[in-house]
Amino acid sequence: MIGQALALKSEVPFPPSVEDFYLPSILPWGEHNNYWVTKITVLVWLAAAAIIIYFLLSYRNPQLVPTKKQWIAESIYGFVRNNVAVDMLGHRGVAFAPYFTTLFCFVLLTNFFSILPVVQISPNSHIAFPTVLAVISYVLFIYVGIRHHGFVKFFRNALIPPAPWFILPLLIPIEFFSTFIVRPITLALRLFANMFAGHMILLVFTLGGFVLLNSESLFIKPASVVSWAMSIALTFLELLVIVLQAYVFVVLTASYVQGALADEH
Amino acid sequence: MELAAVSGSLAAIGYGLAAIGPGIGVGLVFAAYIQSTARQPESSRMTLPYVWIGFAVIEALALLGIAFGFIWAQGQ
Repeated sequence: MIGQALALKSEVPFPPSVEDFYLPSILPWGEHNNYWVTKITVLVWLAAAAIIIYFLLSYRNPQLVPTKKQWIAESIYGFVRNNVAVDMLGHRGVAFAPYFTTLFCFVLLTNFFSILPVVQISPNSHIAFPTVLAVISYVLFIYVGIRHHGFVKFFRNALIPPAPWFILPLLIPIEFFSTFIVRPITLALRLFANMFAGHMILLVFTLGGFVLLNSESLFIKPASVVSWAMSIALTFLELLVIVLQAYVFVVLTASYVQGALADEH
Repeated sequence: MELAAVSGSLAAIGYGLAAIGPGIGVGLVFAAYIQSTARQPESSRMTLPYVWIGFAVIEALALLGIAFGFIWAQGQ
Protein backbone atom coordinates (compact mmCIF):
# COMPACT_ATOMS: atom_id res chain seq x y z
CA MET A 1 0.00 0.00 0.00
CA ILE A 2 2.71 2.47 1.01
CA GLY A 3 4.83 1.35 -1.92
CA GLN A 4 2.03 2.01 -4.40
CA ALA A 5 1.27 5.42 -2.95
CA LEU A 6 4.95 6.34 -3.17
CA ALA A 7 5.30 5.13 -6.72
CA LEU A 8 2.22 6.98 -7.88
CA LYS A 9 3.38 10.22 -6.39
CA SER A 10 6.74 10.37 -8.11
CA GLU A 11 7.68 10.67 -11.75
CA VAL A 12 10.62 8.26 -11.29
CA PRO A 13 9.88 4.98 -13.12
CA PHE A 14 10.14 2.99 -9.95
CA PRO A 15 10.09 -0.72 -10.07
CA PRO A 16 12.95 -1.06 -12.60
CA SER A 17 12.16 -3.55 -15.35
CA VAL A 18 13.83 -5.38 -18.21
CA GLU A 19 13.11 -2.31 -20.37
CA ASP A 20 15.80 -0.41 -18.47
CA PHE A 21 18.44 -2.59 -20.14
CA TYR A 22 17.47 -1.51 -23.66
CA LEU A 23 19.30 1.74 -24.15
CA PRO A 24 18.40 4.16 -26.95
CA SER A 25 20.28 3.86 -30.20
CA ILE A 26 23.42 5.92 -30.82
CA LEU A 27 24.06 5.77 -34.55
CA PRO A 28 20.60 6.76 -35.74
CA TRP A 29 20.62 9.10 -32.74
CA GLY A 30 17.98 8.57 -30.05
CA GLU A 31 15.89 6.16 -32.07
CA HIS A 32 13.96 3.50 -30.13
CA ASN A 33 13.70 -0.17 -31.11
CA ASN A 34 16.91 0.10 -33.08
CA TYR A 35 19.75 -1.83 -31.49
CA TRP A 36 22.53 -1.89 -34.08
CA VAL A 37 24.80 0.61 -32.34
CA THR A 38 24.01 1.34 -28.70
CA LYS A 39 26.08 2.13 -25.64
CA ILE A 40 26.47 -1.65 -25.18
CA THR A 41 28.02 -2.08 -28.65
CA VAL A 42 30.40 0.80 -28.05
CA LEU A 43 31.42 -0.67 -24.68
CA VAL A 44 32.28 -4.07 -26.17
CA TRP A 45 34.49 -2.47 -28.85
CA LEU A 46 36.02 -0.24 -26.22
CA ALA A 47 36.84 -3.21 -23.97
CA ALA A 48 38.44 -5.16 -26.82
CA ALA A 49 40.44 -2.12 -27.93
CA ALA A 50 41.56 -1.28 -24.39
CA ILE A 51 42.82 -4.82 -23.73
CA ILE A 52 44.69 -5.07 -27.06
CA ILE A 53 46.28 -1.63 -26.72
CA TYR A 54 47.19 -2.10 -23.07
CA PHE A 55 48.95 -5.42 -23.59
CA LEU A 56 50.70 -4.21 -26.76
CA LEU A 57 51.95 -1.05 -25.06
CA SER A 58 53.06 -2.73 -21.87
CA TYR A 59 55.04 -5.39 -23.72
CA ARG A 60 56.36 -3.31 -26.61
CA ASN A 61 59.71 -2.71 -24.97
CA PRO A 62 60.10 -5.42 -22.29
CA GLN A 63 62.67 -4.72 -19.58
CA LEU A 64 64.49 -7.20 -17.40
CA VAL A 65 63.49 -5.08 -14.42
CA PRO A 66 59.86 -4.48 -15.36
CA THR A 67 58.25 -1.08 -15.40
CA LYS A 68 55.02 -0.61 -13.50
CA LYS A 69 52.86 -1.16 -16.60
CA GLN A 70 54.76 -4.26 -17.61
CA TRP A 71 54.60 -5.58 -14.07
CA ILE A 72 50.81 -5.31 -13.93
CA ALA A 73 50.38 -6.98 -17.32
CA GLU A 74 52.77 -9.75 -16.35
CA SER A 75 51.02 -10.25 -13.00
CA ILE A 76 47.65 -10.69 -14.71
CA TYR A 77 49.08 -13.17 -17.18
CA GLY A 78 51.09 -14.91 -14.47
CA PHE A 79 48.05 -15.21 -12.23
CA VAL A 80 45.92 -16.85 -14.90
CA ARG A 81 48.75 -19.06 -16.16
CA ASN A 82 49.96 -20.31 -12.76
CA ASN A 83 46.81 -20.27 -10.64
CA VAL A 84 44.30 -21.41 -13.25
CA ALA A 85 45.87 -22.98 -16.33
CA VAL A 86 48.86 -24.83 -14.85
CA ASP A 87 47.09 -25.64 -11.57
CA MET A 88 44.25 -27.36 -13.37
CA LEU A 89 45.76 -28.65 -16.60
CA GLY A 90 49.36 -29.36 -15.57
CA HIS A 91 52.11 -28.79 -18.13
CA ARG A 92 49.53 -28.76 -20.96
CA GLY A 93 47.96 -25.66 -19.39
CA VAL A 94 50.65 -23.28 -20.68
CA ALA A 95 49.28 -23.63 -24.21
CA PHE A 96 45.85 -22.49 -23.03
CA ALA A 97 47.08 -19.63 -20.84
CA PRO A 98 46.91 -16.91 -23.56
CA TYR A 99 43.26 -17.65 -24.31
CA PHE A 100 42.35 -17.89 -20.62
CA THR A 101 44.09 -14.57 -19.93
CA THR A 102 42.24 -12.87 -22.79
CA LEU A 103 38.97 -14.34 -21.58
CA PHE A 104 39.64 -13.28 -17.99
CA CYS A 105 40.58 -9.71 -18.96
CA PHE A 106 37.63 -9.33 -21.31
CA VAL A 107 35.06 -10.62 -18.82
CA LEU A 108 36.64 -8.62 -16.00
CA LEU A 109 36.66 -5.37 -17.98
CA THR A 110 33.16 -5.72 -19.44
CA ASN A 111 31.86 -6.65 -15.97
CA PHE A 112 33.67 -3.70 -14.46
CA PHE A 113 31.69 -1.33 -16.70
CA SER A 114 28.68 -2.07 -14.50
CA ILE A 115 30.11 -0.04 -11.61
CA LEU A 116 32.33 2.40 -13.50
CA PRO A 117 30.84 5.86 -12.87
CA VAL A 118 28.98 7.34 -15.90
CA VAL A 119 29.14 4.03 -17.81
CA GLN A 120 27.34 1.88 -15.22
CA ILE A 121 26.01 -0.85 -17.42
CA SER A 122 27.76 -4.05 -18.35
CA PRO A 123 27.48 -5.57 -21.84
CA ASN A 124 27.30 -8.89 -20.01
CA SER A 125 23.87 -7.93 -18.65
CA HIS A 126 22.60 -8.82 -22.14
CA ILE A 127 22.48 -12.58 -22.66
CA ALA A 128 24.01 -12.31 -26.16
CA PHE A 129 27.56 -11.52 -25.04
CA PRO A 130 27.94 -14.25 -22.36
CA THR A 131 26.40 -16.67 -24.87
CA VAL A 132 29.15 -16.03 -27.40
CA LEU A 133 31.83 -16.48 -24.73
CA ALA A 134 30.19 -19.71 -23.55
CA VAL A 135 29.93 -21.04 -27.11
CA ILE A 136 33.66 -20.42 -27.59
CA SER A 137 34.40 -22.39 -24.39
CA TYR A 138 32.01 -25.16 -25.51
CA VAL A 139 33.61 -25.53 -28.93
CA LEU A 140 37.07 -25.28 -27.33
CA PHE A 141 36.64 -28.16 -24.90
CA ILE A 142 34.98 -30.45 -27.46
CA TYR A 143 37.64 -29.64 -30.07
CA VAL A 144 40.49 -30.17 -27.62
CA GLY A 145 39.00 -33.45 -26.43
CA ILE A 146 38.51 -34.78 -29.96
CA ARG A 147 42.01 -33.72 -31.00
CA HIS A 148 43.55 -35.35 -27.93
CA HIS A 149 41.59 -38.63 -27.83
CA GLY A 150 40.02 -38.98 -31.24
CA PHE A 151 36.30 -38.73 -31.90
CA VAL A 152 35.12 -42.11 -30.59
CA LYS A 153 37.30 -42.23 -27.49
CA PHE A 154 36.41 -38.66 -26.49
CA PHE A 155 32.68 -39.35 -26.54
CA ARG A 156 33.20 -42.72 -24.87
CA ASN A 157 35.14 -41.05 -22.05
CA ALA A 158 32.64 -38.23 -21.78
CA LEU A 159 29.45 -40.28 -21.93
CA ILE A 160 30.20 -43.71 -20.43
CA PRO A 161 31.21 -43.60 -16.77
CA PRO A 162 32.82 -46.67 -15.21
CA ALA A 163 29.69 -48.27 -13.78
CA PRO A 164 27.90 -51.62 -13.94
CA TRP A 165 26.23 -52.17 -17.33
CA PHE A 166 22.66 -52.26 -16.01
CA ILE A 167 22.86 -48.70 -14.70
CA LEU A 168 24.32 -47.29 -17.95
CA PRO A 169 20.97 -46.67 -19.72
CA LEU A 170 20.24 -44.26 -16.88
CA LEU A 171 23.70 -42.71 -16.62
CA ILE A 172 24.44 -42.06 -20.30
CA PRO A 173 21.50 -39.68 -20.86
CA ILE A 174 22.35 -37.88 -17.60
CA GLU A 175 26.00 -37.52 -18.62
CA PHE A 176 24.98 -36.29 -22.07
CA PHE A 177 22.52 -33.80 -20.61
CA SER A 178 24.96 -32.44 -18.02
CA THR A 179 28.04 -32.30 -20.27
CA PHE A 180 26.72 -31.17 -23.62
CA ILE A 181 23.53 -29.27 -22.79
CA VAL A 182 23.66 -27.89 -19.25
CA ARG A 183 27.33 -26.80 -19.32
CA PRO A 184 27.15 -24.08 -22.00
CA ILE A 185 23.74 -22.88 -20.80
CA THR A 186 24.81 -22.46 -17.17
CA LEU A 187 28.13 -20.92 -18.20
CA ALA A 188 26.34 -18.18 -20.15
CA LEU A 189 23.45 -17.81 -17.75
CA ARG A 190 25.65 -17.49 -14.66
CA LEU A 191 27.55 -14.49 -15.98
CA PHE A 192 24.45 -12.92 -17.49
CA ALA A 193 22.27 -13.34 -14.42
CA ASN A 194 24.92 -12.01 -12.06
CA MET A 195 25.40 -8.85 -14.09
CA PHE A 196 21.66 -8.49 -14.72
CA ALA A 197 20.77 -8.90 -11.06
CA GLY A 198 23.59 -6.59 -9.98
CA HIS A 199 22.41 -3.80 -12.28
CA MET A 200 18.83 -4.36 -11.15
CA ILE A 201 19.76 -4.16 -7.44
CA LEU A 202 21.69 -0.91 -7.95
CA LEU A 203 18.71 0.50 -9.89
CA VAL A 204 16.29 -0.47 -7.13
CA PHE A 205 18.26 1.33 -4.43
CA THR A 206 19.24 4.38 -6.50
CA LEU A 207 15.79 4.99 -7.99
CA GLY A 208 14.22 3.98 -4.68
CA GLY A 209 16.11 6.86 -3.04
CA PHE A 210 14.51 9.32 -5.48
CA VAL A 211 11.09 7.80 -4.90
CA LEU A 212 11.47 8.18 -1.14
CA LEU A 213 12.73 11.75 -1.56
CA ASN A 214 9.73 12.65 -3.73
CA SER A 215 7.23 11.24 -1.26
CA GLU A 216 4.82 13.58 0.49
CA SER A 217 5.48 12.49 4.05
CA LEU A 218 8.26 14.37 5.80
CA PHE A 219 9.10 11.22 7.78
CA ILE A 220 9.81 9.15 4.69
CA LYS A 221 12.06 11.70 2.91
CA PRO A 222 15.16 11.16 5.11
CA ALA A 223 15.01 7.42 4.37
CA SER A 224 16.30 8.21 0.87
CA VAL A 225 19.75 8.78 2.39
CA VAL A 226 19.68 5.22 3.74
CA SER A 227 18.71 3.94 0.31
CA TRP A 228 21.58 5.75 -1.38
CA ALA A 229 24.03 4.56 1.29
CA MET A 230 22.84 1.03 0.57
CA SER A 231 23.48 1.54 -3.14
CA ILE A 232 27.07 2.60 -2.38
CA ALA A 233 27.58 -0.45 -0.15
CA LEU A 234 26.11 -2.72 -2.81
CA THR A 235 28.45 -1.21 -5.40
CA PHE A 236 31.33 -2.65 -3.36
CA LEU A 237 29.52 -6.00 -3.26
CA GLU A 238 29.25 -5.72 -7.05
CA LEU A 239 33.02 -5.24 -7.24
CA LEU A 240 33.43 -8.58 -5.45
CA VAL A 241 30.93 -10.27 -7.77
CA ILE A 242 32.64 -8.82 -10.85
CA VAL A 243 36.05 -10.25 -10.00
CA LEU A 244 34.56 -13.52 -8.78
CA GLN A 245 32.50 -14.10 -11.93
CA ALA A 246 35.45 -13.39 -14.22
CA TYR A 247 37.52 -15.87 -12.21
CA VAL A 248 34.74 -18.47 -12.09
CA PHE A 249 34.17 -18.24 -15.85
CA VAL A 250 37.84 -18.95 -16.53
CA VAL A 251 38.10 -21.69 -13.89
CA LEU A 252 35.04 -23.46 -15.27
CA THR A 253 36.36 -23.24 -18.84
CA ALA A 254 39.65 -24.68 -17.57
CA SER A 255 37.85 -27.47 -15.74
CA TYR A 256 35.88 -28.41 -18.88
CA VAL A 257 39.13 -28.55 -20.84
CA GLN A 258 40.63 -30.61 -18.00
CA GLY A 259 37.71 -33.04 -18.24
CA ALA A 260 38.17 -33.31 -22.00
CA LEU A 261 41.90 -33.98 -21.66
CA ALA A 262 41.62 -36.44 -18.73
CA ASP A 263 42.75 -39.94 -19.66
CA GLU A 264 40.27 -41.91 -17.59
CA HIS A 265 36.92 -40.89 -16.26
CA MET B 1 -16.05 -16.35 1.58
CA GLU B 2 -12.57 -15.05 0.96
CA LEU B 3 -10.19 -15.17 3.88
CA ALA B 4 -7.24 -13.68 2.06
CA ALA B 5 -6.52 -12.41 -1.40
CA VAL B 6 -3.26 -11.64 -3.12
CA SER B 7 -2.97 -9.43 -6.16
CA GLY B 8 -0.03 -8.59 -8.36
CA SER B 9 3.05 -10.63 -8.96
CA LEU B 10 4.18 -13.37 -6.60
CA ALA B 11 7.56 -13.57 -8.34
CA ALA B 12 9.44 -12.07 -5.39
CA ILE B 13 8.00 -14.65 -2.97
CA GLY B 14 8.70 -17.42 -5.46
CA TYR B 15 12.28 -16.30 -5.87
CA GLY B 16 12.68 -16.11 -2.11
CA LEU B 17 11.57 -19.74 -1.84
CA ALA B 18 13.81 -20.74 -4.75
CA ALA B 19 16.84 -19.16 -3.10
CA ILE B 20 16.57 -21.30 0.06
CA GLY B 21 18.13 -24.39 -1.53
CA PRO B 22 21.13 -22.70 -3.17
CA GLY B 23 21.62 -20.69 0.03
CA ILE B 24 22.00 -23.86 2.05
CA GLY B 25 24.15 -25.40 -0.67
CA VAL B 26 26.58 -22.50 -0.87
CA GLY B 27 26.79 -22.52 2.92
CA LEU B 28 27.70 -26.21 2.89
CA VAL B 29 30.42 -25.67 0.29
CA PHE B 30 32.17 -22.97 2.27
CA ALA B 31 31.62 -24.76 5.59
CA ALA B 32 33.37 -27.81 4.16
CA TYR B 33 36.19 -25.67 2.80
CA ILE B 34 36.75 -23.86 6.08
CA GLN B 35 36.69 -27.12 8.00
CA SER B 36 39.10 -28.87 5.67
CA THR B 37 41.45 -25.89 5.79
CA ALA B 38 41.30 -25.78 9.57
CA ARG B 39 42.13 -29.48 9.78
CA GLN B 40 44.82 -29.42 7.12
CA PRO B 41 45.99 -25.88 6.33
CA GLU B 42 48.43 -26.97 3.61
CA SER B 43 45.52 -28.36 1.53
CA SER B 44 43.88 -24.94 1.21
CA ARG B 45 45.34 -24.10 -2.22
CA MET B 46 44.62 -27.56 -3.57
CA THR B 47 40.92 -27.49 -2.71
CA LEU B 48 40.27 -23.88 -3.73
CA PRO B 49 39.43 -24.54 -7.44
CA TYR B 50 36.91 -27.18 -6.36
CA VAL B 51 35.35 -24.68 -3.95
CA TRP B 52 34.75 -22.19 -6.76
CA ILE B 53 33.49 -24.83 -9.16
CA GLY B 54 31.09 -26.20 -6.55
CA PHE B 55 30.02 -22.71 -5.58
CA ALA B 56 29.41 -21.78 -9.22
CA VAL B 57 27.39 -24.90 -9.96
CA ILE B 58 25.15 -24.37 -6.92
CA GLU B 59 24.85 -20.64 -7.51
CA ALA B 60 23.59 -21.39 -11.03
CA LEU B 61 20.38 -22.74 -9.46
CA ALA B 62 19.64 -19.43 -7.74
CA LEU B 63 20.45 -17.56 -10.94
CA LEU B 64 18.14 -19.81 -12.97
CA GLY B 65 15.47 -18.65 -10.53
CA ILE B 66 16.14 -14.99 -11.39
CA ALA B 67 16.24 -15.59 -15.14
CA PHE B 68 13.10 -17.73 -15.35
CA GLY B 69 11.23 -15.34 -13.10
CA PHE B 70 11.63 -12.68 -15.77
CA ILE B 71 11.09 -15.05 -18.70
CA TRP B 72 7.81 -16.43 -17.39
CA ALA B 73 6.59 -13.07 -16.16
CA GLN B 74 5.95 -12.16 -19.82
CA GLY B 75 3.39 -14.96 -20.14
CA GLN B 76 0.65 -13.23 -18.19
